[in-house]
Amino acid sequence: METPLYSVHVDLNAKIAPFGDWDMPIQYSGIIAEHLHTRKFAGVFDICHMGEFRVKGHDALSDLEKLNSADLAGLKTGRCKYGFLLNENGGVIDDFITYKLADDEFMLVVNSATTAGDYDWIKSHLSPTTIIEDISEQTGKIDLQGPMAYDILNKIIEDDLAQLKYFAFINTSIDNCRVILSRTGYTGELGYEIYCSADDARKLWGIFLESEKALPAGLGARDTLRLEAGLPLYGHELGASRTPIAAGLSFAVNTKKEFIGKNAVMKDIETGCSDKLAGLKLDGRQSCRQGQEILLKDKVIGKITSGSFAPSLGFSIAFAYIKTEFTDEGTKMEINTGRKMLPAEVCSTPFYKKGTAKIPLC
Amino acid sequence: MNIPENLYYTKEHEWVRVENGKAFVGITNYAQDQLGDITYVELPEKDKVVQVEDDLGVVESVKAASDVYAPVSGVVDSVNEELEDSPEIINRSPYKDGWICSLKDFDSAELENLMSAVDYKNFIM
Repeated sequence: METPLYSVHVDLNAKIAPFGDWDMPIQYSGIIAEHLHTRKFAGVFDICHMGEFRVKGHDALSDLEKLNSADLAGLKTGRCKYGFLLNENGGVIDDFITYKLADDEFMLVVNSATTAGDYDWIKSHLSPTTIIEDISEQTGKIDLQGPMAYDILNKIIEDDLAQLKYFAFINTSIDNCRVILSRTGYTGELGYEIYCSADDARKLWGIFLESEKALPAGLGARDTLRLEAGLPLYGHELGASRTPIAAGLSFAVNTKKEFIGKNAVMKDIETGCSDKLAGLKLDGRQSCRQGQEILLKDKVIGKITSGSFAPSLGFSIAFAYIKTEFTDEGTKMEINTGRKMLPAEVCSTPFYKKGTAKIPLC
Repeated sequence: MNIPENLYYTKEHEWVRVENGKAFVGITNYAQDQLGDITYVELPEKDKVVQVEDDLGVVESVKAASDVYAPVSGVVDSVNEELEDSPEIINRSPYKDGWICSLKDFDSAELENLMSAVDYKNFIM
């Protein structure tokens, strides 16, 4: 499948590759150039492939509270929240963001590969009066991320963008195109996610790139940026076989309410997880990849979930599930890449600590 | 299309330049373009004896890794240590500054088994 921006990527000579069912731009000028540009100025990302649902009804909130591990009762209109859809065993069906549009109306933003499954799961758990609509096809999404994102957007919209807090959103217009614009993102930098009509995606893409500080950035840079920022990726750090507690993401789990998967989550909290997600710093530029085993004194103690060279750091980094007793910062181990044993050490995350995502703007 | 005339080429996208009795080896422009931004180069050990098609090193990019194979038999003479801290030189200058290593005492008869620039161009089209 192609997003509404596909022909733009072709015209820009992007390297296009399959990402699930989608043909997506992996890079334009180069992954490292796009990564570094996003950390210093601003990158513009085509994220139209992600899924969006509208959930509406007087019971929508209570329905979603049961489905979402995160607290929604305290969520105000104009704010959004990160959370998990969990199965009955507490395993992650998806990680997603819930936008409160009104007391009885929410927009959910889900991963592209899991859109269909999420829709079916949510729909099968709704009260009779709650409606879910899959608006993915008619919704475009463009991420504008980087320290200059605020300057670029503030010149284009009428609202005072300085007032928009982290994980808040507004309904507004850009050049007569209606958009939902949230101060959220997946890079660790100051940035915004812009939801528009699919028909308006090309126009908005062009408007953002009019700024000489903005460069198109592909999924390759998106992955190196999020990894450096310590952000999990479904299918790597998150999956159906582990609770979010094992991933260290209990901030998005509200144990004071009932939700599907709560029993398994409480068990992980009370008795501890046998293995835990940890950040690893490697000894140099050589990288490791998902699935590679981690050894300590010839015993397998874990497995890599994501690994890459980190352009902003100059060495390679990784996420891994490791037996809990070996996850203290500084613990040394070796990664078996199949060709070589690479030394690595547990470190704190985010790996890149100078991200501007939460900087106050006023 | 960037395929210098004076080089020999392999099916694994290595090039060979014979200079002062040594065989300099690197990867082609096509290879660096396919790999993307190169992040790490594993250089061979000096004095390593290689037969043709033996492992001569590894080139890693953000998204991929690729083995480098000996285009001819010989002994590793010098290695391009600049690539340790700046592997991206290969992306910028695959045939010149991005040379990986040189081989001495190499088997020059084996050069005849390699492709010319014209043959390599047809090979990658």
